[in-house]
Amino acid sequence: MNPALEVTDLTVAYHDKPVLWDVDVTAPAGILMAIVGPNGAGKTTLMKAILGLTPVAAGSVRIDGKSYTQQRQRVGYVPQRGSVDWDFPTNVVDVVTMGRYGALGWFRRPGRREVDLAMHALEQVGMHDFAQRQISQLSGGQQQRVFLARAIVQDADIYFMDEPFQGVDATTERTIVTLLKQLRGDGKTVVVVHHDLQTVAEYFDWVTLLNVQCIASGPVGQVFTEENLRRTYGGRIAFVERDALATGGMALRSFAPAATAGGAD
Amino acid sequence: MSASLEIQLLAVLVAAACALPGVFLVLRGTAMMADAISHTVLLGIVLVFFVVQDLQSPWLIVGAAAIGLVTVTLTELLQHTRLVKQDAAIGLVFPALFSVAVILISRFARGVHLDVDAVLLGELAFAPFDRLIVLGIDVPRALVTIAVVLIANIAFISLFYKELKLATFDAGLAATLGFAPALLHYGLMALVSITAVGAFDIVGVVLVVALMVTPAAAAYLLTSDLRRMLVLSVAIGVLSALAGYWLARLLNANIAGAMATMTGVIFLVVLVLAPQRGLLAKLVRRRRQQADFAATMLAIHLLHHTGAPTEAEEARIDHLERHLDWQPGYAARVIRHAERLGFIKSIAGHLQLTPTGYAKAQEVLAS
Repeated sequence: MNPALEVTDLTVAYHDKPVLWDVDVTAPAGILMAIVGPNGAGKTTLMKAILGLTPVAAGSVRIDGKSYTQQRQRVGYVPQRGSVDWDFPTNVVDVVTMGRYGALGWFRRPGRREVDLAMHALEQVGMHDFAQRQISQLSGGQQQRVFLARAIVQDADIYFMDEPFQGVDATTERTIVTLLKQLRGDGKTVVVVHHDLQTVAEYFDWVTLLNVQCIASGPVGQVFTEENLRRTYGGRIAFVERDALATGGMALRSFAPAATAGGAD
Repeated sequence: MSASLEIQLLAVLVAAACALPGVFLVLRGTAMMADAISHTVLLGIVLVFFVVQDLQSPWLIVGAAAIGLVTVTLTELLQHTRLVKQDAAIGLVFPALFSVAVILISRFARGVHLDVDAVLLGELAFAPFDRLIVLGIDVPRALVTIAVVLIANIAFISLFYKELKLATFDAGLAATLGFAPALLHYGLMALVSITAVGAFDIVGVVLVVALMVTPAAAAYLLTSDLRRMLVLSVAIGVLSALAGYWLARLLNANIAGAMATMTGVIFLVVLVLAPQRGLLAKLVRRRRQQADFAATMLAIHLLHHTGAPTEAEEARIDHLERHLDWQPGYAARVIRHAERLGFIKSIAGHLQLTPTGYAKAQEVLAS
């Protein structure tokens, strides 16, 4: 069986400054994988390069054995919440329906079926009552759940989510975790840019530690170690609870917690 | 059809044609690009004119659309050097192209029907003199041009409505789904160029941008639905056109100028009076929040002193003015508002917290 995601020797540069250096990542199907690393490590860039949104200097990306353009319909993308204008004149159900546009293709308009799918997805993220709400009136957590509902209706096989836990309330965090497990239960693969090292072992099966280069990538139990974290974060680490770490050794936490993360990296 | 009716019809069509792409320009934050394109299409017209020697040639539209895209591309190239920001890049590119066009006209095209005044301000009043027979009907030439442009606008936007909406709201998702947002962007810019050519004959380059941006910006304040925003934008454009025509008649002034002025007037009215996003609505909302906050503050103040030895003292109305440092008039207003909300009761100059007010104060303190 092909791996769900296979990134080989991926290099992305901005002029002569490498943003990603020769990154190799392989993820089998049906896992939840976190991408972690300090600010400016290239996490978002890696995701955008995989999705063909950023030009690459070298390397290749295979999704279930084929190139991204051949697999478009099987890939779901949840961009950073802050990447869109929430004052855009539209309502919640309409945004969720956008997730069906890829399946509709050019020219075909969404109809009853698409709206039904959108309403069902909104139910799954607990936003059913907000369907007709203007998107400008949503809280940050609600915006994130709308984006997740939009990803659900895409009905993809592999999902890429850029910081879905960024600045959300506890209800939304629980909803996201439940949803991730549900997606995995359905045999889907989910790759998540993540900031909170505390919850990596709890939420994810696999982890990729990134800091321009790929420091380590594999099952959380094998690669989420003190040594690898030290290599990823350098000196910018502090000590926290032991049980957040796979090996049970001294746990580490980034000095740059989720709250300071911007969309720049 | 009388000349007066023909001019009004022209004004209405040009306003409608401009108002449609304007909606997407406003939502994408590229309104200034419309300003740039409406100027540089002139260079396209002049260059094509030198080749075909005919101001009525349909090639003028092609040339203008091409120059419009050149403007966009040059601006983006300059921006990608990261040496100048987008607004500066626009400000550098379009005056350069426009001034070349002005020099070419004044040096080589003098005497032909292409003079700088007409280019800047349009000749709406003279449009009925230049006529054409279409399908056996005698109509002003400009009417045919702008009707074609309007139809092109309606066709493009209804055909690509879903795609334009997605690419405008979330270009990243549009790209991953294979909807080529860059292509749509250039398509939209070509549409803006064509509209600018069709409109510049009638209202001149300077005012095209007013007809594109202002109705759309006003519509944005009035609705939270993209379809409705398109309809409202056209309606506001048409209203401005008609009002502008009659204003110009009244003042014996330039029609295009009066039309653009009316878009501005309508925008100002909407800016102040829009039901939810207008300045007045915002002011009322802020006042209400302040009043609610003050009433809650009063409830908390009374709660803090409930059962304390100083309760009787603290709950006196005249005490508020001293201890909370509230102006007498303000204190009275807050008390009235708090009474309306059912937070307090005032009995003989003393304030008493009601169960509602007690619950509210507890709730706020607990959160």
